Amino acid sequence: MTTKKLFLFFPKCETEKPIIYHLVKDFGLIINIFRAKVTPDEEGYLALDVTGEDANIEKGVEFLKTFGVNVDPFNKSLRWDASRCTHCGNCLTHCPTHALKVADRQTMRVAFIEELCIECLACVRNCPYGVCTSAF
Amino acid sequence: MKTYAEINARIESGKAVVLTADEIIDYVDRKGLEAAAAEVDVVTTATFGPMCSSGCFLNFGHSKPRIRMSEAWIDDVLVYAGIAAVDMYLGATELRYNDPANMNYPGEFSFGGGHVIENLVAGKTLQLFALSYGTDEYPRREVRTYFTLDDLNQAIMVNPRNCYQNYNVAVNTSDRPLYTYLGKLDPRLRNATYCSAGQLSPLLNDPLYETIGIGTSVWLAGAPGLVYAEGTQHCPTCRRGDNDVPMEGAGTLALTADMKQMKPDFVRGVSLMGYGVSLAIGVGIPIPILNPQILKRAAVRDRDIYAPVVDYSTDYPERTGKVLGHVNYEQLKSGQIEVNGKKIDVGSLSSYAKALEIAHLLRDQIARGEFLLSPPIRRLPLQQTMKPLKITEKAK
Repeated sequence: MTTKKLFLFFPKCETEKPIIYHLVKDFGLIINIFRAKVTPDEEGYLALDVTGEDANIEKGVEFLKTFGVNVDPFNKSLRWDASRCTHCGNCLTHCPTHALKVADRQTMRVAFIEELCIECLACVRNCPYGVCTSAF
Repeated sequence: MKTYAEINARIESGKAVVLTADEIIDYVDRKGLEAAAAEVDVVTTATFGPMCSSGCFLNFGHSKPRIRMSEAWIDDVLVYAGIAAVDMYLGATELRYNDPANMNYPGEFSFGGGHVIENLVAGKTLQLFALSYGTDEYPRREVRTYFTLDDLNQAIMVNPRNCYQNYNVAVNTSDRPLYTYLGKLDPRLRNATYCSAGQLSPLLNDPLYETIGIGTSVWLAGAPGLVYAEGTQHCPTCRRGDNDVPMEGAGTLALTADMKQMKPDFVRGVSLMGYGVSLAIGVGIPIPILNPQILKRAAVRDRDIYAPVVDYSTDYPERTGKVLGHVNYEQLKSGQIEVNGKKIDVGSLSSYAKALEIAHLLRDQIARGEFLLSPPIRRLPLQQTMKPLKITEKAK
């Protein structure tokens, strides 16, 4: 069993279909949705964890692609731009899961552990340098 | 005992021994104070954080026909035009035209003076819009044009207050969140924020201003700069520890340097939710090791530097002077402090990582013979207080 973080972008035409139902029912995947924005007649976004057998996750992703849903592991729904981070540490107390943490107390450099991020968006609001941004 | 001239001669010959303010701590422990003072020529200190009292003078050159700009905006941020025809002062905390500020509380403050300064140093193209009432020799009434840093005759950063010697640790004892210049403070003492580079910070390594004074050469965001005056609110008569290190705000520096020589990594616009915009800037200051006493002060460590914990829900805004306690920078950097018997998670607005980077850059620059020290032409005041603003009912 592995857990994979996915960021789905739904083209306007696909937002009516019960996609998550099929992921659970047809592929036996455990779904944990962090954030979703699916409104009628608009493009939709879904940030979620899927847990299951590797083969089933792969099949599920293939299934999503048949609907024209964009599944891009490199295009994240919550982005931390390492090149813009000044490592000030203002985010540290606002991140509830310590996804943003001090990597090394000697240099006080901040690191972002993506797997721990639950997309609460506290960092987006609090970062003075706009380092954390949300796709939706 | 060494002199500035001797140290500079060693720097020029590439033989100077230069260490950063964090490296010097172990070095002195290992070698002993006297031996280390004889060997080490320079200790480099640094800081990086929001410094609201920052800005720059810009000269645009003259258009044809000429204009005496009386109101002007750069990327919709108002600049001060009450000086000569095409000179402007762009301040770090100026908001963008039509920014709703805190009307939709807490405001986002996503763009302002600090961001314009960041973009200018980064070489981006900016828009100038200026108006004038028109005069006989300056007939043009309006101008809209685009420019980069290269197009300006001068872009000189002039910061009335940088490098606060020490700073408050902000907390919130109230029942609602606070949005401050030290970030969001959660209710009921759930977090604390500090803002100092601690053992790396320039004035904490020279607490009595023995080497840092007016005329001192500094590294301002990568450009060769200098201390041109005491900073505003410079207040040396404060509570100090046995090591003479201030336990509160204390001294400040007014700094200037040519923006055309600055590095964009160290000039960054700041947005503070519910508070406003600012500019974060990196400063490095070399301390000449003229004698063992100066070295002893420069070898100060985080655990021997204390900052006051202040409640920003009542005591700070109402200026009660009350302090909840003192904590040292070793505790702050550990990520947790204890206030009123409660453990509190700690965040920071000053970047120790960037300060470290600057201290190393300046160390290497001096070691290569590319940065010379200058003795202050005047000392910073050691005896003066900070006056409050008295609100009077009648004119005197």
